[in-house]
Amino acid sequence: MAILEKLAYYMSFQFVQYALIAGILISLCSSLFGVTLVLKRFSFIGDGLSHVAFGAMAIAAVMKLTNNMPLILAVTVISAILLLRTGQRAKIKGDAAVAMISVGALAIGYLLMNLFSTSSNLSGDVCTTLFGSTSILTLKQSDVIVCGVLSVVVLAVFIVFYNKIFSVTFDEDFARATGTKASLYNLLIAVVVAVIIVLAMNLVGSLLISALVIFPALSAMRVFKSFKSVTVCSAIFSVTCATLGLLISILSGTPVGSTIVAVDIVAFGVFYLAGLFRRSKA
Amino acid sequence: MAYLTARDISLGYEGEKIVTGLCFEVDPGDYLCIVGENGSGKSTLMKTMLGLIPPLGGTIERGDGLQKNEIGYLPQQSLIQRDFPASVTEIVLSGCRGEGGFRPFHSRSDKEAARANMERMGISHLAKRCYRELSGGQQQRVLLARALCATKKILLLDEPVAGLDPKVTAEMYSLIEELNRDDGITIIMISHDIAAAIKYADRILHVGRSVFFGTKDEYLGSENYLRLTKAGES
Ligand SMILES: Nc1ncnc2c1ncn2[C@@H]1O[C@H](COP(=O)(O)OP(=O)(O)OP(=O)(O)O)[C@@H](O)[C@H]1O
Ligand SMILES: [Mg+2]
Repeated sequence: MAILEKLAYYMSFQFVQYALIAGILISLCSSLFGVTLVLKRFSFIGDGLSHVAFGAMAIAAVMKLTNNMPLILAVTVISAILLLRTGQRAKIKGDAAVAMISVGALAIGYLLMNLFSTSSNLSGDVCTTLFGSTSILTLKQSDVIVCGVLSVVVLAVFIVFYNKIFSVTFDEDFARATGTKASLYNLLIAVVVAVIIVLAMNLVGSLLISALVIFPALSAMRVFKSFKSVTVCSAIFSVTCATLGLLISILSGTPVGSTIVAVDIVAFGVFYLAGLFRRSKA
Repeated sequence: MAYLTARDISLGYEGEKIVTGLCFEVDPGDYLCIVGENGSGKSTLMKTMLGLIPPLGGTIERGDGLQKNEIGYLPQQSLIQRDFPASVTEIVLSGCRGEGGFRPFHSRSDKEAARANMERMGISHLAKRCYRELSGGQQQRVLLARALCATKKILLLDEPVAGLDPKVTAEMYSLIEELNRDDGITIIMISHDIAAAIKYADRILHVGRSVFFGTKDEYLGSENYLRLTKAGES
């Protein structure tokens, strides 16, 4: 019971409540588009974008912006659109372009921080942006509100365009041939993913975002067979793991992002086994 | 006015031409069969008709008020996501386009159409099954049901009977004939089954090094027909 008491004690702190609210919202949003990203082979774009977001964050830090959210959001959304364009049009391998941009953004970001940072603890700062070690625990009320609004937008987009997202993911040619504006929806998906990535940076840092997007989808796909059940399952999976991970990290003082991802990995293992079991029974 | 008018179009990928000098028209109510050898460019032509890829030369136009959301399409197998988690019902429903305007959810009439088309294709008992766990022929029927949901005026079929057993093949041909005759749906079908093409189609488009477009009686006397059938015998 000592653990529960300790938990109750921590829960009375506002920063813990904020962290939990933000964590649940972010993990919910990031899981919804996971299936689409994995199946459209877009997951590498998510990875690239998270590095771009890191670069933008470094620029914001150098410019000493107190509110860095708008800048990071704008840069990431624009990169998402550009990446999607190059992926579709040019015959230069899309994934090579993404790798170039993402590594470039990472390097420039670190370089900028190194050159201009006045902080005494540079490697600590970098580590924080990459692994999000503590930022989720230092959210202000305004951060939580921004996070809430963006999450509602992401959720609304997902629900309203659910059928279109399904069509475009399952069979883009058919969707296009029968009058669905597939490129518009691809663009929408890219922009929403960019928003999710900027949000998720607070939770797990820019290096671990892909885990938040991919683990729930891959786990749910092991066990469930329809798009709807996979989507619902990934949402529940993601929220549960994020909440568990947050609580564990608060209780035991481990870094938030890595703890959440560790919980994701364990849960994936469970689903993997469940999938095998189900298959052997069928 | 015709639904589709192609004037001297060339087909291909990345500037490399596969077929040149195609001229044809598809009128409302037509039953057109596209024939030709493997790799001659039939699927490419169908994608060009659908506006998925641009022609390398010439023009192809939609006319007579044909809207994109009145088109049904059955792609050639194997192009679809292999490991996609989706139930049969979800896939068939995704063919329902709704009449104009944007609606976020499927209406009751959409669901009814999906149910009816699954019944027509004899896959009602598979409704809840996962698409990727079906046999090739069953998958083909799912995609056909989806195409039927999307069809209002015209149906484009890329090898619709590939992978179907003889009984279902025969049913498929009579179903397509029924759609054409009774519902006035225009049919464009790619097929390697020359006998069936000649039996059911009004017009034939032969794609290859030399192209042919005309009625089936004209086709029976043409060199293209003789060459295609001879090659099969030797
Ligand atoms: N995406 C692509 N990029 C480049 N070349 C392609 C592409 N798709 C097909 N081709 C080439 O175009 C030619 C025509 O292909 P197409 O699929 O239209 O043939 P087809 O007549 O449908 O053959 P089949 O009877 O086997 O279905 C082939 O030589 C093929 O190699
Ligand atoms: Mg083909």
